[in-house]
Amino acid sequence: MRVPVKELKVEERIKCFDEVCLGYSEEEAVLEASRCLNCKSANCVKKCPVGVDIPKFIEYIKKREFEKAAEIIFKYNSLPSICGRVCPQEIQCEGGCVLGKKGEAVAIGKLERFIGDYVLNNDIDVFKKEPKKNKKVAVVGSGPAGLSCASTLAILGYDVTIFEALHEAGGVLVYGIPEFRLPKEKIVKKEIENLLKLGVEIKTNVIVGRTVTLNQLFDELGYEAVFIGTGAGLPKFMGIKGENANGVYSANEFLTRANLMRAFLDEYDTPLKIGKRVAVIGGGNVAMDAARTAVRLGAEVHIIYRRTEDEMPARLEEIHHAKEEGVIFDVLTNPVEILADENGWVKGMVLRKMELKGVDESGRRIPVEVEGSDYVEEFDTVIMAIGTVPNPIISYTTSEIKINNKRCIVVEEDTGKTTMEGVYAGGDAVTGAATVILAMGAGKRAAYAIDHYLSNNNN
Amino acid sequence: MYKIIEKNFLAENIVMFKIKAPMVAKSAKPGQFVIVRIDEKGERIPLTICDYDRSLGTVSIVVQVVGASTCKMAKLNQGDYILDFAGPLGNASEFVNLNEEELKNKKYLFVAGGVGAAPIYPQVKYLRQLGVYCDVIIGARSKELVILKEDIEKLGCRVYISTDDGSLGIRGRVTDLVKKLVEEGNTYDEVVAIGPVVMMKFVSMLTKELNIKTTVSLNSIMVDGTGMCGACRVTVGGQTKFTCTDGPEFDGHLVDYDEVIKRQNMFRDEEVRRMHHTSECSCF
Repeated sequence: MRVPVKELKVEERIKCFDEVCLGYSEEEAVLEASRCLNCKSANCVKKCPVGVDIPKFIEYIKKREFEKAAEIIFKYNSLPSICGRVCPQEIQCEGGCVLGKKGEAVAIGKLERFIGDYVLNNDIDVFKKEPKKNKKVAVVGSGPAGLSCASTLAILGYDVTIFEALHEAGGVLVYGIPEFRLPKEKIVKKEIENLLKLGVEIKTNVIVGRTVTLNQLFDELGYEAVFIGTGAGLPKFMGIKGENANGVYSANEFLTRANLMRAFLDEYDTPLKIGKRVAVIGGGNVAMDAARTAVRLGAEVHIIYRRTEDEMPARLEEIHHAKEEGVIFDVLTNPVEILADENGWVKGMVLRKMELKGVDESGRRIPVEVEGSDYVEEFDTVIMAIGTVPNPIISYTTSEIKINNKRCIVVEEDTGKTTMEGVYAGGDAVTGAATVILAMGAGKRAAYAIDHYLSNNNN
Repeated sequence: MYKIIEKNFLAENIVMFKIKAPMVAKSAKPGQFVIVRIDEKGERIPLTICDYDRSLGTVSIVVQVVGASTCKMAKLNQGDYILDFAGPLGNASEFVNLNEEELKNKKYLFVAGGVGAAPIYPQVKYLRQLGVYCDVIIGARSKELVILKEDIEKLGCRVYISTDDGSLGIRGRVTDLVKKLVEEGNTYDEVVAIGPVVMMKFVSMLTKELNIKTTVSLNSIMVDGTGMCGACRVTVGGQTKFTCTDGPEFDGHLVDYDEVIKRQNMFRDEEVRRMHHTSECSCF
């Protein structure tokens, strides 16, 4: 049996934005680590997108050598406190754990988080920097891909500047993932500050493509390579009638107002209207984040999803937490129209029942509409959490950067090399919306490719 | 941090700030906007760019006090700092992509309503520097609210004024002047109308009748201004567009103005509440 992790009580947490999962104590971490069988084949490592040497860092936790454990993790992953909290471990490392076959997998994510937090709380210097190379690299975007690329390059000795369009660094870690899942001051800011100690410079309020173009970065500002990690920030809408009514938010807008702009705190100026009944459309992690945020703002919240719970792309833990917190799941249901009152405000939705028939090419069940099943439900707010596509500003303004029909930047898979000389890209901007850790892996690979490019380029 | 180099009241509740922001000044083009956040707790406010000086590295913005945040901003003084100033955002005006040859024989009519004269100014300035013919109409409630009249006249174009109370120019609406100018035999290749949504709606209705291409600039509610939130969505020609990345300028004959008006009122109750809540506005 896995050592259970303490969580904030439901009745407490639905009234505040404090972190729900409290993490392991030293004793609990050591006890959980002792469950690891230290397998030779280590399937967990194979299933980790950045290949962290998991048995080895767990071995050090067992021996209570936490700094050594940190050294191992930081070789592969510069943001363990974040990844330990938001990675879908059940389908990655923990999904590969032998113990999971008969019982419960080792809580690798929670152990990673424990070490990450240990480093932050004890101010441990974890990075070993190579000598300065005196070459400048620009990183566009300070989300997971950009941060991971920047830290890797800084360790390799490059002078790295991150350009961030918003006023705060962190990308989706700051505007998207809520405080109760990933604390901003305590964790995100601190892990980013660790990178600043590496000498990485972060310039906020710079929209590359607008404030400065890619070409200007090379020609006028002296950068020798650029990494684009601009994410998939453009929200999708369903294209149904009434979708532009007041009170229909994209999950991005809703979460940005709440997280980045702290709209839930009275002393902050950004407004956020929510009403009594909120519908969140979608079944992914973002939908759960929006739903749980709305719960904390005092609403009755419904998740509207066209397949069943089994097909939901959200992590099990998120679905579980959402249910605990009172989110109502209306599955096999799809909105067909949003109804507005005479002032243009949402007053409800026409919903249609669905059933599952057959499977699509990705193996997912196909939802089919049930004829004549339309019904009306009243809602004050509708939040669309049906996905995002890459932000188009750079591709709009830089003809040399090629994108595909999904608006994703076209790159060489292994290196992240784009169609423009010296420019690399990775993360959601390349793959479309995916996970934090995949973006970090791509950022890191691109960093090595940039190092290779610059080492061979002009020496 | 971005320093306020200069502050001027253009009217009782309209302030112009000249802000030191060299990177924005260097890239700014007519038609674009910036996002401003005054302090740590402030909201992100989109404001159109009124002028820029690349050599001095300054950008001028014009702020009309409409709510708590703009009120807070109007209280800032020369020498104070603004926490965040991001831009330029949005697309430049369409004519920026035309070359001198293409622009040479074109005639533009600009129609500004109230504070809309601010975004009109850099557009007229740009075109006049290339010697392009421009007429300008400025409409306001009364004489005191007519802004930038002399500055625009200095660019070498005819400026026509309409006020609701007749205290300056003709008594009437900007549309009366558009009609009059056309009836007098003036021809225009394009009308650019910027101001209150209702004004843009009526100008567009008129120019559609007159068969003159019309561009309007929308000042939608936004959070990030970079395409992320979708708060600024607007229906243009039956399609949903984002003002921040697809605009802010759109074909005036295709915009669903009634929707724009409804969406602009989205947070009106909160604004009123906060205005009372924070403090009575005493910036003027």
